[in-house]
Amino acid sequence: MMAEKLVIIGAGMASGRMLEHLIEAAPGRYDVTLFNAEPRGNYNRIMLSPVLSGEKTYADIVTHDADWYAAQGVDCRFGEPVVKIDRERKIVYSNQGGVPYDKLVIATGSAPFIIPVAGKELPGVCTYRDLEDTNAMIAAAKPGAKAVVIGGGLLGLEAAAGMQLRGAEVTVIHLMGHLMERQLDPAAGYLLQKALEARGITVHCKGATKAILGKERVEAVLLDDGTIYDADLVCMAVGIRPETRLANDAHLEVNRGIVVDDQLRSSDPAIFAIGECVEHNSQLFGLVAPLYDQAKVLAATLADAEAVFRPVQTATKLKVTGCDLFSAGDFADGPGREDIVFRDPGRGVYKRLVLEGDKLIGAVMYGDTADGSWFFGLIKDGTDVTGMRDTLIFGPGFAGGAKADPMAAVAALPPEAEICGCNGVCKGKIVSAIEGGANTLDLVRASTKASASCGTCTGLVEQVLAVTLGDSFVMPAAQPMCKCTDHTHEDVRRLIKAQGLKSIPAVMQELGWRSVGGCASCRPALNYYLLADWPLDYRDDRQARFVNERNHANIQKDGTYSVVPRMWGGVTTPAELRAIADAADKYAVPMVKVTGGQRIDLLGVKKEDLPAIWADLNDAGMVSGHAYSKGLRTVKTCVGSEFCRFGTQDSTGLGIKLEKLLWGSWTPAKVKLAVSGCPRNCAEATCKDVGVVCVDSGYQISVAGAAGMDVKETEFLCAVATEEEAMEVIAAFVQLYRENSRYLHRIYKWVAKVGLDWCKAQVVEDLANRKALAERFEISQSVYRRDPWAEHAQRPADWAPMMDLTREAAE
Amino acid sequence: MNMSHETWIDIGALADIPREGGRVVKTRAGCVAVFRAADDTVFALDDRCPHKGGPLSEGIVHGHSVTCPLHAWVFDMGTGTAQGADEGQVGTYPVRVEAGRVLLDGARLMQGRAA
Ligand code: SRM
Ligand SMILES: Cc1cc2nc3c(=O)[nH]c(=O)nc-3n(C[C@H](O)[C@H](O)[C@H](O)COP(=O)(O)OP(=O)(O)OC[C@H]3O[C@@H](n4cnc5c(N)ncnc54)[C@H](O)[C@@H]3O)c2cc1C
Ligand code: SF4
Ligand code: FES
Repeated sequence: MMAEKLVIIGAGMASGRMLEHLIEAAPGRYDVTLFNAEPRGNYNRIMLSPVLSGEKTYADIVTHDADWYAAQGVDCRFGEPVVKIDRERKIVYSNQGGVPYDKLVIATGSAPFIIPVAGKELPGVCTYRDLEDTNAMIAAAKPGAKAVVIGGGLLGLEAAAGMQLRGAEVTVIHLMGHLMERQLDPAAGYLLQKALEARGITVHCKGATKAILGKERVEAVLLDDGTIYDADLVCMAVGIRPETRLANDAHLEVNRGIVVDDQLRSSDPAIFAIGECVEHNSQLFGLVAPLYDQAKVLAATLADAEAVFRPVQTATKLKVTGCDLFSAGDFADGPGREDIVFRDPGRGVYKRLVLEGDKLIGAVMYGDTADGSWFFGLIKDGTDVTGMRDTLIFGPGFAGGAKADPMAAVAALPPEAEICGCNGVCKGKIVSAIEGGANTLDLVRASTKASASCGTCTGLVEQVLAVTLGDSFVMPAAQPMCKCTDHTHEDVRRLIKAQGLKSIPAVMQELGWRSVGGCASCRPALNYYLLADWPLDYRDDRQARFVNERNHANIQKDGTYSVVPRMWGGVTTPAELRAIADAADKYAVPMVKVTGGQRIDLLGVKKEDLPAIWADLNDAGMVSGHAYSKGLRTVKTCVGSEFCRFGTQDSTGLGIKLEKLLWGSWTPAKVKLAVSGCPRNCAEATCKDVGVVCVDSGYQISVAGAAGMDVKETEFLCAVATEEEAMEVIAAFVQLYRENSRYLHRIYKWVAKVGLDWCKAQVVEDLANRKALAERFEISQSVYRRDPWAEHAQRPADWAPMMDLTREAAE
Repeated sequence: MNMSHETWIDIGALADIPREGGRVVKTRAGCVAVFRAADDTVFALDDRCPHKGGPLSEGIVHGHSVTCPLHAWVFDMGTGTAQGADEGQVGTYPVRVEAGRVLLDGARLMQGRAA
C-alpha cells in the first residue's frame, strides 16, 4: 500500500513534537513533507533567551538536525513559506510550487503583535520570536548601546535581561502598573522591578508608547507622557496573535485562532491544526506544556488511535538568571478567597498562596521558588489542603508535620506525579529511566525529555535522581548548603530561627541532615548561624571551627602559625614595638612582616609556643588581631585632622573607636573597615566592606567594597554629622549583615543579593530599627568582645602534644 | 600482626581529647594524630596528610572522618583512606580506651609509620 501524504506547515515546537510521536507510533505510515518559513528545522524556541544572554549557543538548542530528518525520510522545505492551501484539489503551494496532501497539519504558531505607532517600520525595530530577532538583538546590544524594550511581560523581560547582560543600557516600557501583570500580583511585580533595576535596567511602568522616532533608523521612543528614551534598537514584545492567515484564506473556521475539536481537527476533516495557531473551546495557548499534549493527541489521531485533548493548567517561570519567580493558577482577589502571604525582605522573598474553600487555586512566588512544582501539583490535583494549612506556605517539607526534608517529599511522590510540566513527564517514567542506566541529569533529559525544555524542574529531577540512586548521585554544588542536606543556606537560617534550633545536633536532627555529624563545610556555617542568632544561649563550638579560628592564628604551609596583634587603627607605640621585637627574638620568629592591614605579622611560630607568645604580648597590652577570623579584621586609618594639613576630622580617632566597637565580633565572612580624613582617601576607604570618608560636614559612610578576588568600589550608604551616629549606623549595618547573610559571603556579595536600598531602609531611614540592630549587636558583643589569646594563654597544656614519646626507650 | 608483641602505652585521658577533635602524640617516627569522634570512638593516624603534609590533627572531625586543614582532603579515620576523588592513604595505629585512659599500641608505633 502506498504511504499517505502528510504535509505539515510550520516546523515549530508543536509540530516537531508531534512528528516524534507519530514516527514512534506509526513508522512509515506517512510520506511527510515539512514546510518552514524559517530557513531551518526545529529548535527549542523557548531557549532563545539563554542564546540572547550568551548562556547558550544556537547549536545547543537545536532539537532536530538534518540527520534526524534524513533518517526519518522527511522531505524538508525549509525557508519556503506556504502561501496558499487549495482544499478542493488538496494541494499546498509555496512560492516554489505545489505539493499534494492526503492529510494536512497547520502548525504556524503565532505572529508577534506590532503596535500601530508611527515609526514601527524603521530599521532597528524588531520583535522577539525567532533566531533572526535574537541575532538582531545580539548584534545591537553592544556595550554602551541603548535598547528599549516595549512590553514588560515574559518575553520583553527576557529580551531586556539578555541585552543587558551583553552590555547594553536597557529600558523597559510597560503599559500596565506592574511588570508581568498576567502572571504576577503587584507585590511580586514590585520585587521583580527592583531586582531588574538593581542590575541596571530602567523600568517605566504605566508608559504608553506614542511613536518611534528616527530618520534613517530608530533613534528614540516617545511616550504619551512626553518622556523620550534614546534607542539604537527597539524590541516590541507586547504580545502575540495566532498566525491564521493561511487558514483564513482557505475559509477554514477561524475565530481568534483556527478552531479545532478535541482531536485537533479543523472544520475540514482532512486538515488539522496544532500549536499556538489554534483555538480549542475558546481558549488560546502561549506556553509549550499544553502544545505538547496536543502533539500527543494529534499523533495518535493521525495513527488512527483514539485520543482526546484536554488543556492542563500551566505554570510560568521567567528565564532570567537570578530572578526567581513562579506563578500558577488564579490569584486574583475575589469573594471567598483567602491569602496566605510570606515575606522575607532580607532575602527578597515573597510568597502568596490563594485558597478557595479547602483548595489551593493560585500561587505566586518571588525570590524562592523551590516549592513551586509542589504548589502547582496541589493546584492541578485540587488537593484538600485543610490539614496542612498552617504550614502550607513553608512548602512540602512541613506538610503534615513531616520533617523539613525536600528529599523526603520527593521520595513520597507517587509514580504518576508530574515532574516536568513542559513535557508531561511523571516521576515513574524518570525513575524507570534512571533504573535503566540514565544516572545523570543529561542522560535523564536525553531519555525522558524531563527538564529538557524550560529547565524549571531541573532541581526536582535531580532530587528524583538522588532519591533513586542514593549516595552515588552527587547533587550539583550551587544550591544546597552542602552534600549533607538539600536545604540552602537561606533555608537553614530561616528554619533555625523559625524552629528555635539552638545547637548543631538540633539543626541536623530537625532538618534531616543525611550525614552523621555534618562535614567540614556545613559545621562551621551552622556554628556561625547559631552564635549569630542566639548570642546568649549558644556556646561557640570550637571543634566546628576551621583550624585558624580554632587556634586563633593562621596556619602556615609547614604547620606553624602566624601571630598578628591588634594595632588599633594602625597606631602603635615604641613600647609595643619593643614587646613585638622581644617576642620575635624569644620565640625565634623566622619573619617579621608589615601587613597590608597596617600592623605587624610574626610568621612561623610553633603551635606549642602560641600561648606563651600571646601571654608576652598580652603583658605589653596587646590583644589578638583576629587576622584569621571571619570577623572584624582591621580598621585602616589615615593621619587625619590631628596632623594632616587637609584632614577634616579625626579619622585616626574614629578608626580606633570603630575597631574597639567591632573587634571580636564574628561575621559571615571577614569584615574590613577604613576611615580617611578627607576625600583624598589615603586609607583606601572606598574599597572596604565599610568605608568612612570624612568631610567638613561630617562622615560619609559607604559599604560593599572589595579589593580581593573581586575589586569593587563601595556604594554610598549615608552621610551623618557626628561620630556617634557613624558608629551606630555601622554597628547596625554590620548586625544586619550578621543576621541575614549566608556564611562566607562578603558584604559586597550579600548587598548584591538583598539590594542596597533595602539596607538603607533598614539602617538609614528606619531609626528605630537602626537602634534595635545596634542594640542586638551590643548584646552579642557582650559575649564576644574579648581577647581569645588571654583566655587560651591560661591553658598552655591544650596546645602542647598530648604525649611526647620521642625520648621513650625503644623497648 | 603478631598480637603477642602488643605493648599498650597510656598516652593520657580520653577527656584530654575534645569530642570531635584531635591531639598529637610525638614519636621518633613522626607525629601521630589521636582523634575522638562524637560517639567517643578513638582513632590514631599519622599526622601527615599524603597530599602536602598537612597536620590532620588540626582538621575538622565529622562522623568517623577528618578533613585536612590545608586543602580539605577527607580521610576515613578507621582505614586512613582518602575519600571521594582524592587518592591517598595514611597509616593507622591500634588504639583503645580502658577506664577512661587512651592506650596506643607501642610496638606498632616503634615499627614506624604505615607498617
Ligand atoms: C598577612 C596579609 C598579607 C600581608 O603580609 O600583608 C594577608 C595574608 C593572608 N590573606 Fe589576605 N592578607 C592581608 C591583607 C589582605 C588585603 C589588604 C587589606 O586588608 O587591606 C586583602 C584585600 C582586601 C580585601 O579583603 O578586600 C586581602 C585579601 C585576601 C583574600 C581575598 C578575600 C576576598 O574576599 O576576595 C583572601 C582569601 C580569603 O579570605 O578567602 C586572603 C587570605 C589571606 C590568608 C589568610 C590566606 C590563608 O587563608 O591562609 C593569608 C594568611 C597568611 C598567613 O599565613 O598568615 N586575603 N588580604 C595581610 C594581613 C592584613 C592584616 O593585618 O590582617
Ligand atoms: C523568546 C521566547 C521565549 C519563550 N519562553 C517560553 C517558556 O519559557 N515557556 C513556554 O512554555 N513557552 C515559551 N515560549 C513560547 C513557546 O515558544 C511557544 O508556545 C511555542 O514555540 C509555540 O509552538 P508552535 O509550534 O505553535 O509555534 P512555533 O514554535 O512558533 O513554530 C511555528 C513555525 O511555523 C513557521 N511558519 C509560520 N507560518 C508559516 C508558513 N506560512 N509557512 C511555513 N512555515 C510557517 C514559523 O516560521 C515557525 O518556525 C517562548 C517563546 C519565545 C519566542
Ligand atoms: S586623606 Fe586627607 S586626611 Fe588623610 S592623610 Fe591624606 S590628606 Fe590627610
Ligand atoms: S595537605 Fe592535606 S589536603 Fe593538602
